[in-house]
Amino acid sequence: MKRQLVVVGNGMAGVACVEQILKQPHDFEITIFGDETHANYNRILLSLVLAGEKSPEDIVINDIEWYQTHDIRARLGVKITGIDREKRVVIDEDGGETEYDKLILATGSSAFIPPIPGVDKKNVHVFRTLDDTRALLEKARPGLKTAVIGGGLLGLEAARGLQVRGCEVTVVHLMETLMERQLDATGGEYLKRKIESLGIRVMLPQQTAALFGNGRVDGLRFASGEELEADLVVIAAGIRPNAELGRSAGLEVRRGIVVNDYMATSDPYIFAVGECTEHRGQTFGLVAPLFDQGRVLASTITGNGGPAFTGASPAAKLKIMGVDIFSAGSIDESEAGVETVRYEDPSLGAYKKLLLKDNRLHGMILVGDIEDEHVYMDWMRSGTDLTPHRRQILFPPRDADPGREVADMPDSETVCGCNGVRKGDIIQAIHAHGITTLAGVKERTRASTSCGSCTGLCEKLLRAVTPDFQEETRTTLCSCVPFSYEQLRDIIRGQKLKSVEEVLNVYGNRKGCEVCKPALSYLLDMVWCGDHDEDRSARFINDRVHANIQKDGTFSVVPRMRGGVTTPDELRRIADVADKYKVPMVKVTGSQRIDLLGIKKADLPKVWADLGMPSGQAYTKGVRMVKTCVGTEFCRFGVQDSTGAGIELERRLENLFTPHKFKMGVVGCPRNCAEATVKDLGMVGQEGSWQVVVGGAAGKSVRKADLLITVETTEQALEAADLFFQYYRENANYLERSYDFVERLGIEKIRKETVYAPEVEKRNLLDRLARSKALAKDAWLERETPVHPTQFVQIQPMEVKPA
Amino acid sequence: MIDITGWTPVTKIENVPLREGRAVTVGGSEIAIFHLEGRYLTIENKCPHKGGPLCDGIVSGTTVVCPLHGQRFDLETGMPVLASQPGCVAIFPTRVEEGVIFVDLGGRSKGQDEVAA
Repeated sequence: MKRQLVVVGNGMAGVACVEQILKQPHDFEITIFGDETHANYNRILLSLVLAGEKSPEDIVINDIEWYQTHDIRARLGVKITGIDREKRVVIDEDGGETEYDKLILATGSSAFIPPIPGVDKKNVHVFRTLDDTRALLEKARPGLKTAVIGGGLLGLEAARGLQVRGCEVTVVHLMETLMERQLDATGGEYLKRKIESLGIRVMLPQQTAALFGNGRVDGLRFASGEELEADLVVIAAGIRPNAELGRSAGLEVRRGIVVNDYMATSDPYIFAVGECTEHRGQTFGLVAPLFDQGRVLASTITGNGGPAFTGASPAAKLKIMGVDIFSAGSIDESEAGVETVRYEDPSLGAYKKLLLKDNRLHGMILVGDIEDEHVYMDWMRSGTDLTPHRRQILFPPRDADPGREVADMPDSETVCGCNGVRKGDIIQAIHAHGITTLAGVKERTRASTSCGSCTGLCEKLLRAVTPDFQEETRTTLCSCVPFSYEQLRDIIRGQKLKSVEEVLNVYGNRKGCEVCKPALSYLLDMVWCGDHDEDRSARFINDRVHANIQKDGTFSVVPRMRGGVTTPDELRRIADVADKYKVPMVKVTGSQRIDLLGIKKADLPKVWADLGMPSGQAYTKGVRMVKTCVGTEFCRFGVQDSTGAGIELERRLENLFTPHKFKMGVVGCPRNCAEATVKDLGMVGQEGSWQVVVGGAAGKSVRKADLLITVETTEQALEAADLFFQYYRENANYLERSYDFVERLGIEKIRKETVYAPEVEKRNLLDRLARSKALAKDAWLERETPVHPTQFVQIQPMEVKPA
Repeated sequence: MIDITGWTPVTKIENVPLREGRAVTVGGSEIAIFHLEGRYLTIENKCPHKGGPLCDGIVSGTTVVCPLHGQRFDLETGMPVLASQPGCVAIFPTRVEEGVIFVDLGGRSKGQDEVAA
């Protein structure tokens, strides 16, 4: 008969321990009690749910199916209220009894609520569980005055989450500096500046004496007598082990349930794991040691023997995008024999402090620049003698042999502290599933899915183990808004941000610069298919006045001449304009168009009106032109109507914006007279078919375009062009030319996701293109309806009335 | 007769959109007026690098970025943001009265290097 193993607590520590037990030979029938009604979820990611970066479903670790697959009885929403150690049963709140042979207490911890008058008022919350998170999400709304009591990890993450939801957030902290358990005063000061630059107010040191309000909270009163208005209050003042069950059963309990190095309590049939425990006088609040405990307990309880738990050195990382904070080990400078090495750069917002003892790394504080976290953690864990590294200790050189660090690591070493994934697990998964990307590692092992701090290490592992590792590029847009393009697209979509100002206010430094503003303008236009709040102040001057600024501050004007085909009438108007405005230079461009150079800003609308031609977009990151040859119309060798197809292609895509300028060419035979194979997109006519080619260049770089597809009809070729065009718009980084984009992604991937994509995906790409196109206008029509009265008009000084 | 030494009414506030600049020639000087969240700041409209029209630059906080080569100036002081950049631009005291922007053309001042010279 199987032995009964009962686990009280369905949180991360308990379930992680059960996962370890399942990996070992055992004879248990397992029952898990959880007082929350949810399946096991990753509590440390709740702040990302609050911020809208993840959904509640994203943070589920083990879904209901997992319990079924492993024959585990899950009793969710059932609270255990007592243990009868004589009868060896646990008693639930309805009086039901469940027998156990072995019992694991994994009851976790609760939010500590300081004894302040008024904490029982309405709209005062803690932030600890998924239900707490949902409750906060229901309350959060733009402009809501919100106070977060507590400036530790959780408090700051809650503050950011609520602020992203539009709340006006103030963090109130009892101590002189933020995160004082992980950072010194200097680090805390850097953090404070960073938090304030995000638009969160910080009040330090401030002791909350009472919460006032009639039933509902209206604000905080401080010991100093000052007050702060608040319609929502979140208490994040620390946690306390849930040790009550152990205490009432008569187990040895101090702050937590006391366990030895094998996670056994004072009763030989009862064990404990996680935040409810106290080990060698230490309690726990961070996730990594809990996985170590779980492994030890799994070996103990299955009788397989194994390692002992000897304690954990703390390591903490703040999970706020763009605020990089890492702290590990001891940060107590006053400890005997400790020396410190420091570096700071206020402009960069970077601060590093390393604490050394006997020439070995003893602790660290990293703010703003946490690139070298893994090197340092490795040094600390392995107790490396740093004598030979002392000169470069603040900027350790990148290993010349990238595989070295990985090779030196034992298989049993934990890579992902959040999810308890070891090096060996990842290597096994890579081989078993043929993984070549970080995304694959995430999917199969869950490593690097939580705080992301082991992402670099996972990539190194991949690079070392798999011959065809594919790196995911993650370029940060700019320091004003420190996110990758991929993240920004998600943020804009997920948070429904419609203007550059909104993005900068919530996710950036509230200022922006000439680098990020045009890039964000592009992203907003692309994501919302043109239905965004256009802000011309965020555009480069060329896109404010729809002409190309020249070295003397005048502008050049290039009207659209589709396919390079014009008429005598158009040419006459161009000549008349050149005369009338005394245009200093009229030039035929390399794009089969005519450029009028040296036009004054104030003359632009009149010039456009006189030309009576649409904008050629020669000034913007957008669709430039389609260069064509004469094709079957006149050419003896032409086999396709390249002019007709080119004009149609230009009509379909004109007036749209692209990550960088976008030039096209269509030729009626492989002689390639209009150089279609060195354009961003080209169509090359052959007898009975078209080749559609992409990613060509003949500028700073010269690159022959890759073949996307060969198709029979012109309509098919145009559709392939549309698919690539929209795919490039959606997936390229701003200012990434198509030739870099095609090289980065590889033509095979692009084919798979455009011309060979499932019908529904193709249709979605074409739909979004059509929506953008429907809102795209000839920019030169702003001559009739300017976006601002002085968009083009030269301001004249006011008449001064005689005194 | 325009009094170019004192406070001169230049234009109505609605002529300068938020976070943009506009150029005006007053009393022979071409100036650029910028609108920053309820504040108006005035500098000379000529980048000391290659003469770029600063009124057409993108505003970043209280700085403006020249549209020609990305030189960056503080609108409050006229000083370049990077020490390696050449020169500074003149600034002019600016105030708003009854919806009209007044600039003190006589109050022109230029960054420290010229003051010292």
